[in-house]
Amino acid sequence: MIRYIVRRLLQVIPVFLGTTLLVYFMVFALPGDPIAALFGDRQPPQSVIDALRAQYNLDQPFIVQYGIFLKNLFTLNLGVDFTQQPIAATLARIFPVTAMLAVEALAIQAIFGVAFGLVAGLRRGKLFDSTVLVASLVVIAVPTFVLGFVFQLVFGVYLGWAKPTVGAQAGWGDLLLPAVVLGLVSFAYVLRLTRASVTENMNADYVRTATAKGLSRPRVVLAHILRNSMIPVVTYLGANLGGLMGGAIVTEGIFNVPGVGNKLYQATLRGEGPTIVAIVSILVLVFVLANLLVDLLYAWLDPRIRYEA
Amino acid sequence: MKPERTEGHYVAPLEETALEATDTLRVEEAPLSLWADAWRKLRRRPLFIVSSIMILALIFIALFPGVFTQVPPNNECLLANSEAGPREGHPFGFTFQGCDLFSRVIHGTQASLSVGILAVLCVLVIGVTFGALAGYYGGWLDAVLARLGDIFFALPLILGALVITQLPFFRENKSVWTVVVVIAMLAWPQMARITRGAVIEVRNADFVTAARSLGVSRFGALMRHVLPNALAPVIVLATLELGVFIVTEATLSFLGIGVPESVMSWGHDIAAAQVSIRTNPMILIYPSIALSLCVLSFIMLGDALRDALDPKSRER
Repeated sequence: MIRYIVRRLLQVIPVFLGTTLLVYFMVFALPGDPIAALFGDRQPPQSVIDALRAQYNLDQPFIVQYGIFLKNLFTLNLGVDFTQQPIAATLARIFPVTAMLAVEALAIQAIFGVAFGLVAGLRRGKLFDSTVLVASLVVIAVPTFVLGFVFQLVFGVYLGWAKPTVGAQAGWGDLLLPAVVLGLVSFAYVLRLTRASVTENMNADYVRTATAKGLSRPRVVLAHILRNSMIPVVTYLGANLGGLMGGAIVTEGIFNVPGVGNKLYQATLRGEGPTIVAIVSILVLVFVLANLLVDLLYAWLDPRIRYEA
Repeated sequence: MKPERTEGHYVAPLEETALEATDTLRVEEAPLSLWADAWRKLRRRPLFIVSSIMILALIFIALFPGVFTQVPPNNECLLANSEAGPREGHPFGFTFQGCDLFSRVIHGTQASLSVGILAVLCVLVIGVTFGALAGYYGGWLDAVLARLGDIFFALPLILGALVITQLPFFRENKSVWTVVVVIAMLAWPQMARITRGAVIEVRNADFVTAARSLGVSRFGALMRHVLPNALAPVIVLATLELGVFIVTEATLSFLGIGVPESVMSWGHDIAAAQVSIRTNPMILIYPSIALSLCVLSFIMLGDALRDALDPKSRER
């Protein structure tokens, strides 16, 4: 098991380096001057350009720039953005907000998705099952940004159950409505995956054995059927973290949440290279590590999987 | 066909009883192929029929928008008509800018469908090529392609698209094609993984060995025997991704980084409707419904195809 973890950790390194190199290359080495974008139509004095280029290491060869960037990333010395604000301080302010949003959305989609999927799978073909299946298709088809507006309008404006926009001081309660919007599409996928997996496992031999040896129905369902049905669901939740990040850009924009997605969106519109690569690198790291965690969860969920190789 | 002599294959001694069994098998009772069986199943599935009709209708609207509306979507916008309700000849009313909403919704079909279809085609070309080569030949090629895929896979779709479309190079050459290229660039690893898995499942099948021992070249066996039998999961994924890519295009256009403003897109219309959300929410609702119906039809088709093509679910 330990050997497997070490091997997977070692596999993460080239992926992280490759992806960050790709992003860094695209932002700083493709045609188009990142400094010129800062000034718009005006032509700054050459001395200013040179000073800025030196500040962002753009006067160095590309691979040296990337090396400096990596070193700075791991020492959390991320430099300043184009408004001369320290990037690390900005990230320390906005990351917790997005983390809260993501945790709420993940919890909503995991808990409700698995619960509805389990019940639908156990009652395959019944009214509840068919209703939930059709409803989930509709939920999948409505894009996040449409759902965001509809929920904002209905729950925020008409019913007044939640604040339509979140604003600067975001707490767990304020983020509930954006989190529901963010988690709803994946909720439908989790539901469908759980249902399919449960119906597949319901007639498995080990389930019959568990029932035959006199285990109670709840124990059979939870410890045998559900646990063995979790692998595709957990895989999906890990892979979907990327989708959640994309959704966060949209959701945070609609509900005015001061988080990473909002910041990244504004940074890309302004062409703020340093902020973009810092945020994207950290998000990629989170995504890659989350998928590593999913792989390790397999061993716990399915004892048949042994990582001795 | 010249038999290949370099590789020796073990040939089992003739088994008379087994041959007898083969002789008595009546050809008319031979099991249907995967595709014929799937088609027979599909024809009777309401989900398949409904989604096919919806998709055909969408394609027709995209190709011939003039059949449905005579009003040009961009010209004849009168601010006097701003947010006006429906009236004769303008069934959906007017946008904030006073443009005919029905015409805009009809004309928006084209951008969504063309971006979706083109992106899926690009993803199919890249993903199936890489996936098939990696799965079939294995070894170092598999390792290199897998790592390459991991690098792009680690960049989430909307996140990566946001960064790439805002690069000076893409910003200056904004077109439908930039959106297609960006989506294809980020989404191919998923397709490659699915193809690779399917090819690995098929590559050692008996009929492939049989073809090889009859002298079919290694590459020929891949093209004629392995790939056609590995296509089912690829087609299912392609259909589902068509829906996902249409959402992606609309999301990018909504964020203002998708197709150019001059191209009609539901994403643009929904973004522009934000200002009218409290005064006339229908301006937001109509393009949203169009977008959702479009995505729904492809998701439904993918669902029906999976039920028909996936042997695992066929047993039930």
